[in-house]
Amino acid sequence: MKRQASGMARKEAVAGWLFISPWIAGFLIFAAGPIIASLALSFSYWDAITPPQFAGMANYRRLFSDPLLRRSLFNTVYYAVFAVPLGMCTALGLALLLNQKLRGMGIFRTLFYLPAVTSGVATYLLWMWLFNPQLGLINRFLRHFTSNPPLWLSSPDWAMPALIIMSLWGTGGAMLIFLAGLQNIPEQLYEAATIDGANNWKQFLHVTLPMLSPTIFFNLVMAVIGSFQVFSAAFVMTNGGPSNATLLYVLYLFQNAFMYFRLGYASAMAWLLFVIVLILTLFQFRTSKRWVHYG
Amino acid sequence: MKKALRYLVLSALGAVFLIPFLWMLSTSLTPAAEVMAKHRSWIPTHPQWSNYPEALTVLPFQIFLKNTLIVTVLAIIGQVASASLVAFGFARMRFRFRDALFLLVISTMMIPPQVTLIPTFVLFAKLRWIDTLRPLIVPAFFGGGAFFIFLLRQFFLSLPSELEDAAKIDGCGPFGIFRNVALPLSKPALATVAVFSFVHHWNDFMGPLIYTQSLETKTLALGLNSFRSLHGTEYHLMMAAAVTVLIPVLVIFFIAQRYFVSGIIMSGIKG
Repeated sequence: MKRQASGMARKEAVAGWLFISPWIAGFLIFAAGPIIASLALSFSYWDAITPPQFAGMANYRRLFSDPLLRRSLFNTVYYAVFAVPLGMCTALGLALLLNQKLRGMGIFRTLFYLPAVTSGVATYLLWMWLFNPQLGLINRFLRHFTSNPPLWLSSPDWAMPALIIMSLWGTGGAMLIFLAGLQNIPEQLYEAATIDGANNWKQFLHVTLPMLSPTIFFNLVMAVIGSFQVFSAAFVMTNGGPSNATLLYVLYLFQNAFMYFRLGYASAMAWLLFVIVLILTLFQFRTSKRWVHYG
Repeated sequence: MKKALRYLVLSALGAVFLIPFLWMLSTSLTPAAEVMAKHRSWIPTHPQWSNYPEALTVLPFQIFLKNTLIVTVLAIIGQVASASLVAFGFARMRFRFRDALFLLVISTMMIPPQVTLIPTFVLFAKLRWIDTLRPLIVPAFFGGGAFFIFLLRQFFLSLPSELEDAAKIDGCGPFGIFRNVALPLSKPALATVAVFSFVHHWNDFMGPLIYTQSLETKTLALGLNSFRSLHGTEYHLMMAAAVTVLIPVLVIFFIAQRYFVSGIIMSGIKG
């Protein structure tokens, strides 16, 4: 009997390894292998044509002296500092509005979430048209209030705000996660707060926010990681311009790799990005103990 | 009264989200001359339906559509099939290192894709796969991505084990249980994965940008971008092309709405 059981367990183990074998192969080919190769490349000069040459720390030293890298890092931080908090507030505000017991909420939920699904080149073209300085809808509207509205994507000062505004429109994914979090807060907590005489604002501060803090934390971590990886919008809409105002980090990485063929330097840039994102994520996990309440 | 105010706020915000789409549709039906007009009505007096065939013949959009369909359909099959196999292994089989390996699956989500970008490109270049659709399809068959593995594993864990036991008594092996018990019970979760996979591959820009070069291998997302760089001032045609690319996404979205919501909620739970 015992031998039979251990035979079954061995069969199950073999089956288990077979089931996960596609992932193991994928991990080795598309994750572990490239990670090692990328690390090695970051210590070499390579233009994709002549054989790679050992470069020591040169690529990493260059990170600290490259003015464009500094610029792209500044731009990315600028983007993140505005897009993340504004996006979180928009998503939470919309979720609070949707979390009411009114008829027709499904329609509004669909409307608010729709732009998150259609994100892609088609929507970037749409926003280029909306932001068009002369004929775009936004300036047609603003001209009712001012005679010279911003030039948006053609202006070094307004191109980045334009990208940030567009990102707010596509915040539906975070909104749905907030909505799920709100619907998990037990009704009795609000009833108890009402009996204690708490008004709506106090209920929001002392019931909603603490109960929602794990969801806020999850969305925050994802939003920070995402904000450091924005690429397609800047590539299609501005290609980093005007005068490098929207040269985001991953866009500059892409240019180094596939336009200037500095594959070693681009690899070093990728590792710097990894370290930055890792530090930011760890920082959020460390500080989260102070404000995230797990029920 | 208070109720009316709430509807008013919701409707105003709803308009903000909807107006860009309406503006897009309106522009796509406006004659070229009117697009430039200082004042133009939202509803074109003579809808210019010919903008659509004109926009879609400037570049070979039927080739882009064919490529996008090939990539999207095959990648969905690859992701659904391989992610469900892997997820079932992690959820229902017992073997050594299983939990450590699953932790590894989760931790691969932390690595920015830029880190593996260049060596992966070199790998496909060595295989002479650049300027083919293979780099956009083949990786989907290798596990389907950590996010989908995670999502399906959570679902398989929630299935009752009684059915599995009954199947075992009927002489089903692990693969039989997977095929005849787990998969039929997991249709909603599999549909969720398929829907997210569709949207991702339909909209994907960076992958085709890096791996395809000639007109014959471009996808719709890249085709739209070429359109922009060639005819960036002809907004009525650009919007017609953009609307055409959006329509399939909108159709899928309205058919499969509940799968988006359940997928987001399942992924949000891990927070």
